[in-house]
Amino acid sequence: MKLKVRDLEFSYASVPVLKSVCLELAQSEMLGIVGPNGTGKSTLIRCINRILAPQKGSILLDERETKEMRRMELAKKLGYIPQSGHHSFPAAVFDVVLMGRRPHLSWRSSEKDEEKVLDMLQMMNIEHLAMRDINELSGGQQQKVFIARALAQEPEVLLLDEPTSNLDIRHQLEVMDIIKTIVKEKGISAIMAIHDLNLAARYTDRIIMMNSGRIFAAGTPVSILTPDNIKCVYGVEAEVNNSNGIPFIVPIRPVRINGNGKSYE
Amino acid sequence: MPSETSFKRTAIKEQYKKFIGRKIIFILSSLILIFIFAGISATLGSYPITVTEVYSIIFHGLFQNPETTKEIVIWDLRLPRILMAVIAGIGLAIAGAMTQGILRNPLASPYTLGISSGAGFGAAIAILLGKGIVGGEYLIIGNAFIFSLIPTFIIVGLTRFRRATPETMILAGIAMMYIFSAATTILMYFSESEAMKHAYFWMVGDLGRASWNAILLVSIALAGCFFPLMWKSWDVNVMGAGDETAKSLGVNVERSRIFIMVVSSLLTASIIAFAGTIGFVCLVAPHMCRMVIGGDSRFLVPASGLFGGAFLLGCDTIARTIIAPVILPVGIITSCLGGPLFLYLIIRRGRKEYW
Repeated sequence: MKLKVRDLEFSYASVPVLKSVCLELAQSEMLGIVGPNGTGKSTLIRCINRILAPQKGSILLDERETKEMRRMELAKKLGYIPQSGHHSFPAAVFDVVLMGRRPHLSWRSSEKDEEKVLDMLQMMNIEHLAMRDINELSGGQQQKVFIARALAQEPEVLLLDEPTSNLDIRHQLEVMDIIKTIVKEKGISAIMAIHDLNLAARYTDRIIMMNSGRIFAAGTPVSILTPDNIKCVYGVEAEVNNSNGIPFIVPIRPVRINGNGKSYE
Repeated sequence: MPSETSFKRTAIKEQYKKFIGRKIIFILSSLILIFIFAGISATLGSYPITVTEVYSIIFHGLFQNPETTKEIVIWDLRLPRILMAVIAGIGLAIAGAMTQGILRNPLASPYTLGISSGAGFGAAIAILLGKGIVGGEYLIIGNAFIFSLIPTFIIVGLTRFRRATPETMILAGIAMMYIFSAATTILMYFSESEAMKHAYFWMVGDLGRASWNAILLVSIALAGCFFPLMWKSWDVNVMGAGDETAKSLGVNVERSRIFIMVVSSLLTASIIAFAGTIGFVCLVAPHMCRMVIGGDSRFLVPASGLFGGAFLLGCDTIARTIIAPVILPVGIITSCLGGPLFLYLIIRRGRKEYW
């Protein structure tokens, strides 16, 4: 196993957000985390990346406790792609991607780092944006720059926090395709918090469905994205069709849910 | 096609080299500007001395003590003032650039964190009550230095209870600014008008108190703070992408932020202890440089520094000569000149965002 999370608990002030979360991630696996708003998807991603410090539990990366690793060391292994990111100061795309080399360089960037940046720009097909200011780009272009920055870190695991939520359908597919390709070709593993169940169904190997801070169900997209699960977790009546072995979810109407997760009219 | 790709790569590399080259040219131009201003400034004043004379006097003075009136005027009056202007300008601008960077706020400067009001209060105690932490010649300087650092340490203390976010730090700084200003006003309210005037003008900022000793001390502070700040400039760049991204890129955001704040505060404190709270340089010099070379701190720090040095020297030269023989405090000129210049740049800049 590449990454193991055991009994993770996290609370903001005294409000518990994550409760005994366990998960495992294999090499070259793409894991989707789905669940309603405020269910702790982003919090989980941030805990794994030590942006937040969990109160309990352990996170093992290649069998090593991440909390015992130095931040720089962790940054060489985990790449994080935020949902969107505003840069406070103007920064050229080239320099933004170069920031991904930060964990590897001391102060001066070398020829090798610049070559790496060029590789990433080329891979993302955004060479023409190299000298543009990051804040002038569209959401889709920015997302590609952030992926390039995370890849410049040469990580073993990518953490993505709703990478498609601000994108149009073309960019959604483009970004997901890119990530899928990288995962398969480079043997990187990825954990992705994602709202769109259909994108999750299509692109992930395994899905974890969360409900109010706990893992509700985990497994292949087909076994997880069922009308029952969706009704229980989201309170939505949905139809799940099957197209070429990939579940396709058509949400129909919200239903009211009582405490037991059972719906009533 | 590999040939097309490699062509593209070379093109981007070329562009990037030019992009970096422009920044280096700006830095070098600012450095040259300092030397030009210094040459001009040394010739100006109530005692006329030509440029060539100035340089030969400076050159000779390196090997023997000044004897003639001209030599004394240059070495004991003008040169210390010029050097102090340059060093103070460099230090204030660097501290401003870094403070704006870590707080991600264009309005921030070390003064926003309460340093100037702390220093003002310390100086007011020394001037109005004659009491201080160190006595004698360094009464005012010592007080200003120590008191200017109080707000900084209170902010550092606060971050033990609250996370060191830019918002917390700015709000705490502004609270401190009000507290110390009020304390200073109370002192002034109950003091003699002569002493009050003295205290007031101390706060405006004046380079007339420059001495070789002061220059030595401030230079040491500048050298001691410049390198740690340059070393941290990468972290500031990364912090520009937001705390979360910065952490994911291996930066210990809270600790770096505090470290940079403390170093910037020390630098600012050692300058304003000798020169008073010269306004505007630390706020505006970094902005002017950002407009030209962008926000990359690795270049912004030296660029702001040298530009700030040139700017303060230019302002002081005007302060000395504009209504000679009266010498105005430089703080008046930095604001009178810097304000409109800055407004002009904002307007001329038009749509393009630089922050």
